[in-house]
Amino acid sequence: MMDGDDLSHHLHDRTPGVRHEEPTADFLTYTAGLVFAIVLTIASFVVSQTNLLWAPGIPVGLIVLAFAQIGVHLVFFLHLGSGPDHTNNVLALAFGMLIVFLVLTGSLWIMANLNANTMSPADLMRMQR
Amino acid sequence: MLGKLTWAAIPLNEPIPLLTAGAVGVVILAVLGIITVKGWWPYLWREWLTSVDHKRIGIMYVLLALVMLLRGFADAIMMRSQQAIAIGGAEGYLPPDHYNQIFSAHGTIMIFFVAMPFVVGLMNFVVPLQLGVRDVAFPVLNSVSFWLTASGSLLINASLVIGNFARTGWLVYPPLSELAFSPDVGVDYYLWSLQISGIGTLLAGINLVTTILKLRAPGMLYFRMPVFCWTALASNMLIIAAFPILTATLAMLLLDRYLDMHFFTNDAGGSAMMFVNLIWAWGHPEVYILILPAFGVFSEVMATFARKTLFGYRSMVLATLAICVLSFMVWLHHFFTMGAGADVNAFFGVMTMVIAVPTGVKVFNWIFTLFHGRLVFTTPVLWTLGFMVTFVIGGMTGVQLAVPPVDFVLHNSVFLVAHFHNVIIGGVLFGMMAGYNYWFPKAFGFTLDERLGKASFWCWLVGFYLAFMPLYLLGLMGMTRRLQHISDPSWRPFLLVAVVGAVVIFAGIAFQILQLYVSIRTRESRRDLTGDPWDGRTLEWATASPPPSYNFAVMPVVEDIDAFWEMKRTGKASVVPTYETIEMPRNSPTGVVTAFFAVVTGFALIWHIWWMVILGLLAAAVTMMAFGWSENRELEISASEVEQMERARLGQGRPA
Amino acid sequence: MSLASIADAIPIEEARGRGGGGPAPTRIVVAYGFWIFLLSDIIMFSALFAAYAVLSGNTAGGPTGRSLFDLHNVFIETACLLVSSYTCGLGALAGERRRFDLFYLFAALTFVLGAAFLYLEMAEFVGMVKEGAGPSRSAFLSSFFTLVGMHGGHVTVGLIWLVFMVGQVFAKGFVPHVLQRLLCFSLFWHALDIIWVGVLTMVYLIGSR
Repeated sequence: MMDGDDLSHHLHDRTPGVRHEEPTADFLTYTAGLVFAIVLTIASFVVSQTNLLWAPGIPVGLIVLAFAQIGVHLVFFLHLGSGPDHTNNVLALAFGMLIVFLVLTGSLWIMANLNANTMSPADLMRMQR
Repeated sequence: MLGKLTWAAIPLNEPIPLLTAGAVGVVILAVLGIITVKGWWPYLWREWLTSVDHKRIGIMYVLLALVMLLRGFADAIMMRSQQAIAIGGAEGYLPPDHYNQIFSAHGTIMIFFVAMPFVVGLMNFVVPLQLGVRDVAFPVLNSVSFWLTASGSLLINASLVIGNFARTGWLVYPPLSELAFSPDVGVDYYLWSLQISGIGTLLAGINLVTTILKLRAPGMLYFRMPVFCWTALASNMLIIAAFPILTATLAMLLLDRYLDMHFFTNDAGGSAMMFVNLIWAWGHPEVYILILPAFGVFSEVMATFARKTLFGYRSMVLATLAICVLSFMVWLHHFFTMGAGADVNAFFGVMTMVIAVPTGVKVFNWIFTLFHGRLVFTTPVLWTLGFMVTFVIGGMTGVQLAVPPVDFVLHNSVFLVAHFHNVIIGGVLFGMMAGYNYWFPKAFGFTLDERLGKASFWCWLVGFYLAFMPLYLLGLMGMTRRLQHISDPSWRPFLLVAVVGAVVIFAGIAFQILQLYVSIRTRESRRDLTGDPWDGRTLEWATASPPPSYNFAVMPVVEDIDAFWEMKRTGKASVVPTYETIEMPRNSPTGVVTAFFAVVTGFALIWHIWWMVILGLLAAAVTMMAFGWSENRELEISASEVEQMERARLGQGRPA
Repeated sequence: MSLASIADAIPIEEARGRGGGGPAPTRIVVAYGFWIFLLSDIIMFSALFAAYAVLSGNTAGGPTGRSLFDLHNVFIETACLLVSSYTCGLGALAGERRRFDLFYLFAALTFVLGAAFLYLEMAEFVGMVKEGAGPSRSAFLSSFFTLVGMHGGHVTVGLIWLVFMVGQVFAKGFVPHVLQRLLCFSLFWHALDIIWVGVLTMVYLIGSR
């Protein structure tokens, strides 16, 4: 709680979102992040609308680009790193991402299965008339 | 002006809710009256209602749980007796409409307002003490969490008197819970009550995870934490991961009901199965949220009363974390019969069986802890031994149900009902009772009467088996759950045994009430003067009973697992430290005030009183902003004050 | 022994990573608590994402994403939010450097860009409702409006919070607890942009094919 304030210079772990370096490095980090993010965003829009790529591969490509954009945000804006002091933050993120993955893929797999095997409510109601 | 609310909402033509409401009303008025006459309001406001002390908040959580246990159990007795009476030609005394509300309320109350507050309350009280720190990470938020839970509980209780409750079962499956088939306020009571208390629970989860990971006494490495703190960590990680799913899913149902959306409706492309999928993606982690802290209690009790370090600390920690992760990979086993294919069912069936393995590891570790120990048969130990037998049986029937073809026969039969009561009562409830008896002296400064404690245990144990073993057999014979009327007279003997079991459990509860009453009356003869009545191993026993607001005058430096045991062994426990100024958080009315507006807003939403909704939300927002703007949230306890309080405790006796 | 000297006595290698250094400073505690709150919020969004993914095909004979989504509008929305994330970061930097002028500038820019995002989104929603493609039309539209609307709701709360933070800076200056909350705000604002990446990709880009 409040008692821990004296220790900050000694035994600090990192908070996400805070960087402890000089001004120009920080500003460059953010600006680099913005540039990368802009490039990836434009790439996403282009990929989604182009005819030059194999159509079934486009959703996969878009998802990869999305992950890249999220990664840029995490690293350049949120300063999430790989040092020992970042362990708690990265572990929390990893656990969160695991849950998101399980909920999304689990739901999609289950619901696709259910929809394939069972009659839809609309068809059911039509049968009851 | 008042939305859908009219005088017709009060059930004047239904004797049972009316009488109950009348009785409860009298009790509430009597309690409020006594408090007012005796002038206790300033004390209550200052010491309890606005307290941000984790110990006080923990006690209030447990008190809420015990009070709601009475209501949930009343529902249970009504169901058991109805099923014992309404066989063949007899109709029983509860009409179907009523019966449906009762089983829905029973489940909702027991899970959300008995089990959850009990578990959260115990963790709140114990974890900071075991970690050797002064409070949780966010004390005011802690108070808000409790009061939001209490608000949810108040709304559910209001449904008994004003309007009605849901008739859908405790998980409000659509399409029955949609507006088309549940047009009245019952489902809305359920939804808003849980949304409000759900926020409280989520905040508590964030609070405890942050506390355990970022606030521990110096020297308390992760692998020197007590096992109860590890299970609390895993449980709260699950709260953070699972409760948002509940919030989103209930929100979607609310949108269907209030804004004519079509997430789960029969028409316009809605999918009721999606609700079932999402709600169980929350629901399964929820039961692990409940059981993991109970496992932690048993670890503490076993080690303390066997006078031995817990066997297999690292494997206990790994098993706990394994259960934490695996609990998110099994949720389909709650709806094997909904129509998924063999591959999906097989995957989740296998994962369900896998998750039994780490639990088995834990059970063996507890047994090995007893080996070469010298077990003292106190009440907490009895609850623990009762758990070990009972929970294992429940777990085994769970593994049976995990086999999809078996589940196709037994899904939604009373075999399922028996299984989950087996693990929840045998696991969660027994754990909470063990923890209650074990930590009561720490919380209040005197031990509970042992004889009455043992009597209550035996009644609960015998009563449980009488009440639920027949249900396994009935399930195998084809009895479905939630029956208001029984058409097969050959089931009668089993149902009679079950109702006897419920009565025996009632005796167990009565003994517990008696135990509390007698213990309070004879407390002077049972004072805990040393703070360490059980010769404990962990840091909470290094404080006075009850601990001062700051817990530890000087934060202990931890050098080993079972930190306090080590301190006693090496003689460090009786060293008098140099006292320093301590900063503690001030009390705050934020929690109580937020709760008040939450109740107002929730009630207004249920009854469609829109102007009240807007006012309530604005008031809640203002409260939040006032808290956000505030400063001066700490007060100082000077070193000399600390010294005075510690000397007063020293005068009463210290651990050797 | 004072707390600091206790801390000195524990070797750093033991303290870091294995967690024996005693309670963390308040700033770390608050930031971590807020970080896991954000993760819980992301999990809540993932449930809404899952609902959208499952229900996006259930158009009940009504309009589909392809016919409704205007990618030009979405591109401008995305640009607004992304640049507002950038200006938010620069505002946080200004706060740490105690530069009031820069802080107010970047806070104002962040607000304007966020408000522009909201305006464009509201315009899109109103347009869709006028065409008869409101949230009651089909499960697809219910999940679309809820997912995107929930994100917009968070942006709205963020803007109100930003105004509140500017007020606190004005009234109290860059004192530690104000800086703490600014840190929480920027975590929140960046997280919203992360969620928008998901919405953009899953709802608009994949959905308009």
